[in-house]
Amino acid sequence: MAGLEDLYREIILDHYRTPRNRGELDPPALSADGHNPLCGDEIKISVAVIDGIVTDVRFSGSGCSISQSSASMMTSAIKGKPVDQVKAIVRRFKQMMTIDEEDTEIDESINLGDLEALQGVVKFPVRIKCATLGWNTLLDALATEQK
Amino acid sequence: MSLDVLSIRKDFPVLSRQINGKPLVYLDSANTSQKPQVVIDAMSNFMSNGYAPINRSAYQLAAEATDLYEGARSALATFINAPKAHEVIFTKNATESLNLLIMSWGRANLKAGDSVLLTHMEHHANIVPWHMLVAERGIQLRWVPLTEDGQLDVTHLDTLLDGVKVFSFTSMSNVLGTINPVQKLCEAAHKAGALAFVDGCQSVPHQPTDVQAWGADFVVFSSHKMCGPSGVGILWGREALLEAMPPFLGGGNMIADVRLDGFTTAELPAKFEAGTPPITDVIGLGAAVTYLQSLGMAQVRKHEIELSTYVLNMLNERFGDDITIHGPTNPELRGATFSFAFRGIHPHDLSQVLDQQNVCVRAGHHCAKPLMRILGANATARASFYLYNTMSEADALADALDSASDIF
Repeated sequence: MAGLEDLYREIILDHYRTPRNRGELDPPALSADGHNPLCGDEIKISVAVIDGIVTDVRFSGSGCSISQSSASMMTSAIKGKPVDQVKAIVRRFKQMMTIDEEDTEIDESINLGDLEALQGVVKFPVRIKCATLGWNTLLDALATEQK
Repeated sequence: MSLDVLSIRKDFPVLSRQINGKPLVYLDSANTSQKPQVVIDAMSNFMSNGYAPINRSAYQLAAEATDLYEGARSALATFINAPKAHEVIFTKNATESLNLLIMSWGRANLKAGDSVLLTHMEHHANIVPWHMLVAERGIQLRWVPLTEDGQLDVTHLDTLLDGVKVFSFTSMSNVLGTINPVQKLCEAAHKAGALAFVDGCQSVPHQPTDVQAWGADFVVFSSHKMCGPSGVGILWGREALLEAMPPFLGGGNMIADVRLDGFTTAELPAKFEAGTPPITDVIGLGAAVTYLQSLGMAQVRKHEIELSTYVLNMLNERFGDDITIHGPTNPELRGATFSFAFRGIHPHDLSQVLDQQNVCVRAGHHCAKPLMRILGANATARASFYLYNTMSEADALADALDSASDIF
């Protein structure tokens, strides 16, 4: 049986207790709201994109330690990076969060760094949606640009 | 005489299960209850020795199956003191019961501008179908607010009821545990010329139910919360009202005649039971009703008041301001369902930590998002007790809560 220490790693609790990049950005920053209908968690991601670079990103809302820390770590990981690279990081992270082995083309050039700490979440399948909530919402926010 | 809970626990095989060497502490019965051996046996026996269709074949096996199925209906009618067995309609779950009721009755009787009164403590199943009728018919919804301690605020009930066609409310909140004064609310509805729809899901499994004493027009509840299997819901309604309603689902069993240019409906209850029903599950529910009656619903209620008294005192003594238990503080005014906030720990994290001690609680919005917004929470943790739960299990909950503090 997976132990709680696999889930609640120190770096995760650190981001939960001291979230990075909390808040919201005004337009023209892109934003989207995400909901986890199972547990009621809500999150808002605002992302400022200038010349193809994510110059700033914030998250707000409330949720469990996994959803909040995952969003916090995500903002740290993508700030200052080109949108294409951000999307690659999202893809790599979501690969780490999947149980099925179908999508095995892992892009080794992407280093998830601290985000690797969230790997233990996969051992608690009901919590995967908590960890990916902010990431899916980020994709939604980025997708609003094309409209 | 109070319930012999230790003996009752032996009736429920799953309660003797150990996970990782530790006993199971099942505190999620407001979500769904565990099943006694007599229910498992009734279903297994039917499928092993008596399985057959109902209502449509002449052979003995089918006649026996029909008798078992209809026997369950009669048992249900007695259990809730319904005047007639054919007023008891079997559906797939209480949500379907509410949809049947709201759509069938609503489409026949509500027009644009008509008002329906609901409360802030309703389950989504008693909200969303009404929203659907708002979109379809242009009806209007009104809401009974709550008091600080989670009871219905009936101060302006008569004004709210003025001119409404239906007052649809829960007999007990699945979040707050609040037991509503159903009889008084039905009286108030009738005085205003409205019908009273009662969502009985949370109270019917836990206390005596008398639909005639309530004075309700319709009552819905579910099998799986009262020791029966999932897959069956119940709708009880007054005969004349059910007879005046159009059918909800169309198909086999619900017709008197079908022609190329139309159909006529069957009599009650078949009119509202289209298609092959969950025969095995209904027979299991019949066994659950017999089981509950053998214990005595008044005794079940007494046990749960004792448990509630203990849980409220113990948790407040142990954790003081670190715990906020929603809903009434008087055990007489509530069921043994406790939603709580604990030391700022998110309910999802809390339930994960409690699971390490095999303490099963629900974390989430409990399908009552409007109420959660009023409580100012996205989610709560909820521990709900039933006839098989003990005070030492409440202690196990408290011990597990202590261990959550070590992490967060």
